[in-house]
Amino acid sequence: MSAVIVDQLYKSYGKTRALNGVSFSVDEGELYGIIGPDGAGKSTLFRVLTTLMLADKGQAQVMGYDVVKDYRKIRDIIGYMPGKFSLYQDLTVEENLRFFATVFNTTIEENYHLIADIYKQIEPFKHRKAGKLSGGMKQKLALSCALIHKPKVLFLDEPTTGVDPVSRKEFWGMLLKLKRQGITILVSTPYMDEASLCDRIALVQAGEFLQVDTPRSVVSRYPATLLAVRSGKMHRLLGDLRDYPHVNTSFSFGTAFHVTLREGGSPDDLKAYLMQKGHSDVAIQAILPSVEDCFMLLSK
Amino acid sequence: MEENVIYTRELTKRFGTFTAVDRISFNVRRGEIFGFLGANGAGKTTAMRMLCGLSVPTAGEGRVAGFDIATEAEEVKKHIGYMSQRFSLYEDLKIWENLRLFGGIYGMKDKEIARKTDEMLTDLGFESVRDTFVRALPLGWKQKLAFSVSIFHEPRVVFLDEPTGGVDPVTRRQFWELIYRAADRGITVFVTTHYMDEAEYCDRVSIMVDGRIEALDTPERLRARFQAATMDEVFQQLARKAVRKSD
Repeated sequence: MSAVIVDQLYKSYGKTRALNGVSFSVDEGELYGIIGPDGAGKSTLFRVLTTLMLADKGQAQVMGYDVVKDYRKIRDIIGYMPGKFSLYQDLTVEENLRFFATVFNTTIEENYHLIADIYKQIEPFKHRKAGKLSGGMKQKLALSCALIHKPKVLFLDEPTTGVDPVSRKEFWGMLLKLKRQGITILVSTPYMDEASLCDRIALVQAGEFLQVDTPRSVVSRYPATLLAVRSGKMHRLLGDLRDYPHVNTSFSFGTAFHVTLREGGSPDDLKAYLMQKGHSDVAIQAILPSVEDCFMLLSK
Repeated sequence: MEENVIYTRELTKRFGTFTAVDRISFNVRRGEIFGFLGANGAGKTTAMRMLCGLSVPTAGEGRVAGFDIATEAEEVKKHIGYMSQRFSLYEDLKIWENLRLFGGIYGMKDKEIARKTDEMLTDLGFESVRDTFVRALPLGWKQKLAFSVSIFHEPRVVFLDEPTGGVDPVTRRQFWELIYRAADRGITVFVTTHYMDEAEYCDRVSIMVDGRIEALDTPERLRARFQAATMDEVFQQLARKAVRKSD
């Protein structure tokens, strides 16, 4: 059975189209990533699926329930972590958690095993007010509160935005553990490097799904040969690559430029051109694209 | 003109018994792009607030744009630019109104504001949206505009606090081209980011761990020293040593 089915969803805010005919499905137990920049429509999609907002057109189901007709049933079986911190700032850590457990007719003790890994890290501060927590601790508390009623489907809207690379890795470690417990997880992120940890990803821009597939397939479907180009003068390389007549795309990627060529160009020819422009130590090698490369090509 | 636009010696900030910034010392040269990295809670924001004249150091000293951050905070504020991901521009003002407002705040003359407004909008290719409300712009445009506003008054140094968070990958790269151009004009750029590929674009990078600067060098030398292929690996190696779990 599919945990989530979305069929031709549309939603506009005035002239802005947040969702422009989005369709996809998520399998039970799947870790499904919705990858795209701010403004792509990710949060709108999450609000429709968590029954907090009505779409203009189209249908969606969560665990077989319709997001409009059966919204009460859906609310019982999902957990939702909104992009903006939405817990009670003037309740303590423990009070927040207890509140959410009570609302769902359960207790902290009953489902403690589910949150133990995460909650243990903030338990030493359980008498601190939620508003006084730092960003990383707020994030862990929000996840604990979203999990305390043992949801079947977990919706996480940009849980790692503004989080440093080390904490991001930790957070994804937690998600993989939750997945092993059978929870279906939909997670959105603007960080393309997190995509590889998902079972499947949807690349989203301007309210549309550009591509849905496993991270590996997304990468293998990249339609061109991608070259990593380096030289001793990286600052000048940007302009010189743009001036090479056979360059199709050229983007900086940390220590190298990722380049695709049009017909008529070749790595050898490019190398000769760059040497002639005064570059030394020119290195050009064919590489596997990353999800970010794929996104940039698709969103062109 | 002083060669070091930012200078700190043993700069420290304590809140009660908690030492948020612990005796940091470093210099940033004119026109340099300086990446200021660290895990959440490492003390970056507190350090940055001191450098911007918004928070008084507990101990140590610092000079920014030639002024003492403790005793000449108001002068510091006039000679720097600042941009963050959270607050950048007034959404319910038009683009030209935002420029006029910020220009005015920094004491620029009307004539100069008008001239620079034209110059900047042409430069960004934004002439057609001069009369558009900022709220109607796509995020990527807003961030580019916010950066241009932060250097509108030609400050000696601009502080960028996670300027590219959530921005799409193409715009993120265009944003860095704007940074390069500003640095080429002699504006010093002090930038924080959680994208480690962007750390590679900096001239030098510092990494804060538990309130201290644990490493400071060019990306190339840091990678060599930590035997890492990427700055992400360098960061992971250093930040994992953190004892403090405030964040």
